[in-house]
Formats: sequence, structure tokens, C-alpha cells
Amino acid sequence: MNIIVCIKQVPNTTDVRIDPVTNTLIRDGVESVINPFDAYAIEEAVRLKERCGGKVTALTMGPPQAENALKEAISLGCDEGILVSDRKFAGSDTWATSYTLAAAIKKIGDYDVILCGKQASDGDTAQVGPGISAHLDIPQVTYVKKIREIDEKTAKVERMTEEGYDVVETPLPCLLTVVKEINTPRMPSLKGLMRAKAAKPLKWTADDLEADPAALGLDGSPTRVVKIFTPETRKGGELISGSSAEVAKELAELLKGEVI
Amino acid sequence: MASIKILLDKCTGCTLCVKACPFGAIHMADRKAVIDMAKCTLCGACAAACKFSAIELAKAGGPKKDLSAYKDVWVFCEQKKGVVQSISFELLGEGRKLADKLGVKLAAVLLGGGMEEVAEKLGERGADKVYLVDHPALKAYQDDPYTEVLVKLAEEYKPEVILCGATTIGRSLVSRVAIKIGAGLTADCTELDIDPKERLLLQTRPAFGGNIMATIITPNHRPQMATVRHKVMKEAPVQPGRQAEIVSKTYPEETFASRTRLLDIVEEIGATVNISEADIIVAGGRGMGGKENFPLLEELAKVLNGAVGASRSAVDADWIPYSHQVGQTGKTVVPKLYIACGISGQIQHLIGMQSSKVIVAINKDPDAPIFKVATYGIVGDVSEIVPALTREFKRVLNK
Repeated sequence: MNIIVCIKQVPNTTDVRIDPVTNTLIRDGVESVINPFDAYAIEEAVRLKERCGGKVTALTMGPPQAENALKEAISLGCDEGILVSDRKFAGSDTWATSYTLAAAIKKIGDYDVILCGKQASDGDTAQVGPGISAHLDIPQVTYVKKIREIDEKTAKVERMTEEGYDVVETPLPCLLTVVKEINTPRMPSLKGLMRAKAAKPLKWTADDLEADPAALGLDGSPTRVVKIFTPETRKGGELISGSSAEVAKELAELLKGEVI
Repeated sequence: MASIKILLDKCTGCTLCVKACPFGAIHMADRKAVIDMAKCTLCGACAAACKFSAIELAKAGGPKKDLSAYKDVWVFCEQKKGVVQSISFELLGEGRKLADKLGVKLAAVLLGGGMEEVAEKLGERGADKVYLVDHPALKAYQDDPYTEVLVKLAEEYKPEVILCGATTIGRSLVSRVAIKIGAGLTADCTELDIDPKERLLLQTRPAFGGNIMATIITPNHRPQMATVRHKVMKEAPVQPGRQAEIVSKTYPEETFASRTRLLDIVEEIGATVNISEADIIVAGGRGMGGKENFPLLEELAKVLNGAVGASRSAVDADWIPYSHQVGQTGKTVVPKLYIACGISGQIQHLIGMQSSKVIVAINKDPDAPIFKVATYGIVGDVSEIVPALTREFKRVLNK
């Protein structure tokens, strides 16, 4: 079974802070990590390989340093990594990003399952996974919390919903986006770390892909940012003190009419 | 290929762009801005921030498309088991405002099986038109037929705006539709407005975990598509007797074919536990001390008709299932009232709840970061204060 796992390198949000003086994001020294949701996709890909045999290819689009995310994926059990990187991809919105990743997947060619995290922690759109499957015109199941059964032709999975879950059967090849509930990611093994150190992920540029240049990067992106601003930060309000009964009474007074 | 450049004659060296750049890609040299192209992602934040029009962000110019054939505002009305979900009424409320600003009609789009009567009712929520596609295959959501039908409708009737809930179904559906019809799509908008001159939908959304806000437009593609989270917009009021024109569409059978098969729908949690829908959430964290104390939260939630939420550490400790988790790796919630009990307020948790209207924090550590965002803070022991609140609210609400 050939498995592709799409990952993204994102700033570690615990480190993203606002400069209190300038009110802007402090990015200096912010560590880049694999998108937390993608860790579950990587783990599930490796488990599928352990279950069915085959190969796991980690795929990412990003700046040259995104290679580190691929190496980390290899340390966690992926067999190889492919970095799709080119200035021509700059300014990609979710349309152009999913187009580019789909083009890379077409170049990889032989695949049975594509796994993605449900969304990335920096953009939070959850649009790129479904976008890839739309470009490839393959079936998708989003928010997968369990792969119940899988063979070379079909997979039976649980899709998380607001109320519980759906049981969905899909033919392969297909794209699945996964949620945190699906597994507990392992730590890298010593062998994995050694492999990662020696690994040389493939690098593809726009010229390596069969892609329409007009559909790449900012040119291929229907959406455009026109304004960026810092939201009004929430200010801490008043402290209520007293005995339990007193604070309860005061709080009820404050909330009554307004929210309850 | 797209490009960005600083117009040196216009740059005053004010450093606004340096502050605006979310990627740290601009620095000053000789009192002029310099862009580090290795870091720049062409996001446009600097150009938007520059007050002197000194940053030129240019797309490779294709001919400007004629977009005049596109009109009307559409709301995709999500239904489950034949019941239109409340997010759809919120979107109809917002859609009405946008349609009025554009001077066009508001249309509801309803896909389902046996939905005629439900469709009739959507006029009372402000829709001028209802596009109804009624077929047994559309009873429950499936990616393929829903995508196919919505694509066909959009291609035939050409709406200029499509709004959809940022729900499990909504996000899965419109992400696919936007690709197929070459539309712009912006996720999780918290504010929508119209630029009347250019007829552009101004879509404002949080980015970087809510640390910055971005306003996004779709200049040269139609429709302009946006998803909106639950509870962000106000529900359209019911106007009894108001009627909409019903446009009932049929399609050839193959339109409804699905490659995936829905084998079962399992409901695990009642509506009271669905935290993304709840108006009031009582949430517990590590400070609750243990699983045995979570019933205290349930009792309070019950009195307030609310739902129980939790921080990641409470979920990781197996005190409560993951479906209750609020925060970056859980759900984002915007209730009217969020009562955080024994939650310290790590940034990952705050990301998921800081847009709540009123936040009450109860924590024994007066320095806990949660107090920085709380409307009302109570320093004390949750095991005493929560039951006291339950008793008091019971009394006040006559329960």
C-alpha cells in the first residue's frame, strides 16, 4: 500500500507572542514545528504501513527550511520525504496550495491513501485536504477518527460529526483528513533519528510539476489579503471576592439579564 | 509571476510594514524598507499596512474578467434529519444584510429528501428565493452528490456570494465546491461586509490563533465564498407569513451518485453536550482535581441549560471525552457565557474560547493567565465555589 501524508511546517503557537509595545507578532526565535494535527496523520500513515505493508511518503510545500519537517516525519517512520518549494508558490491561498500539492501527488503517481491533518494550526482553514481531493477528483472522508477496516480496494472509517460519528465506506484511492482522536503519536525511535539524519528529501520546483504557471502562487489564488490588524485584546475585568455564597450571589446579580 | 517591490520614492521609512509583516521578512536599510524574499510569502499584509502606497504587490495581469453575470447572495442551509441547523438561520440573518447592501436577492439553498415543507418556511427567515434539490440520496450528507449538486446550481444561477457554516459538513463541502468552480473561499469569517463600489465581499477572519485579524477579498473570481462559525452572527428573526419563491430543481440520476457509502450514523452525545452549539459552557481543567469532581460542573451546566467543556489536560487525564475539549486541538467556541473552572488559561485554550461574550474564571491561583481574559474573576477553590454557584443560579432561575 502506497501512502502519502501531507504535512505543513508551522510556527509553534505556544511561542507566538504579541509585542506589548508595538502590538505586533514576535517571530524572532519562534520555533517551527510540524502542524500538531499532521502528527496524527503521520502516525496513522505509519500504522497503515505496519498493518498492510507498503511505503509512506511525506509531502510538504514550503520554504527550503520545511525540509526539517520532512526529516522529522522520517524519524517518526515515514520512508521518504518530498519538498515542493519555489518562489513561484509564494502567496498561495488554499486554492493554489491544494492545486500545487495535487500536482506533486500526480507526479508521485502511484498511491492508495492520502492522509492529511484536519487543519493547520496557523491558518485553521481545513480547506487544503478537501481541496487536494477535489483537484485529484478522488473520494474524500474528512475528520476521520478511526480506520476500522482497510484493504487494497476499500476502507471503512469513522468520520467525526458534531453529534457523534458516521461510518463511511470509501473506495481507494482516497483522501482522509484525521482528527486527534485517531491515535497517540509515538516518539521518534533512535533508528528513526539516525535515518532522518542521513535522509535527503527530494526537492521539486514548479518546473518539476505538470502545472499551469497561472494557477500557482499569488497568481493562482482567488483570494487576497487587503488588511491586517491586531484585534482588540481582551482586558481582564473585575475580581469578585468574599465567601462562596457571597461571590455566587454577586456573580448571579452581574450575569442576570445580560446572559442568563 | 507575481511580484512585490518597495517604491523607494514613496517609502518614508516609517517602519509600519516591518511591524505588519507576520513573517519577519522586512527590515530597514538606509531608512527604506527592504524585503527578504526568502521569507516573504506575498501575503500582502505590508501593502495593506503602508499608508504611502509604497509597496506594490502585483499579480501577473490576466485580463479582468467580466463578473457582471454573477448576482444574489446564497446561504447553504445545512439540514440534519430534515431539520435546518441553527447556523443556517444565523447565516440568513447575515446574508440578508449583505444582499440589501448589494441590492440583490437572498437565496437559501436546501438539499435533502422530503424537504418541501421545510423549504416553504425559509421565507420566514428572510430568504427571497429557495433553491431546493430534493432527492433521497441527499437525505444525509455525502461529499460527492452534495458537491455535484451545489456545483451545478452555482454554475447555472451564478451567485456572487455563497455563505456556509464552518461545520464538519460545511467545511468539507465548500472546500471541494470552491476548487471545482474556481471560486475564492475564506474560512471562519468573524465579520462580513460589502465594498459597495467594487461589489466586493470583505471577509475578516482571525489568523495565527487569533493573534492577528486579516481582511480578505476575492477580486477577480466569482462566487465569493465564505464559511462562518457557529454563534458568530445573529440569527434571522422569524417573520410569520413571509414567503419565498421556491425554485425546485431536478437533475439526472447520475448527479446523485456517490463513491463513498454512508453505512451508519451514530449519535454519541445529546444536544446539551454539543459545545459548539451551546450558549453557556461550564468548563473544567486540571484544577478540578479529578474525574470525581466533574459532576459538579454537570450540575451547574444543567441549571444554566449549558454544556460541559474541558481543557486539554482534563481530557488527557481521561476525566472527560475529547468531544468536550475546547482549544487549539479541540473545538473553538463562542458562547454567551463561558465559566472556566480550574483552568489556568494556556494560550492553546484561550485560542478556543477568548471570543466568548462573557468569561467567568474560577481559579485558586490569582496569577493564572485566565484572569487576564476574564470578565469576572473569582479566586478560590472550585469545589466550594461551583456548588455555591449552582445553588444560587437555581434560586435565581427558580429551578
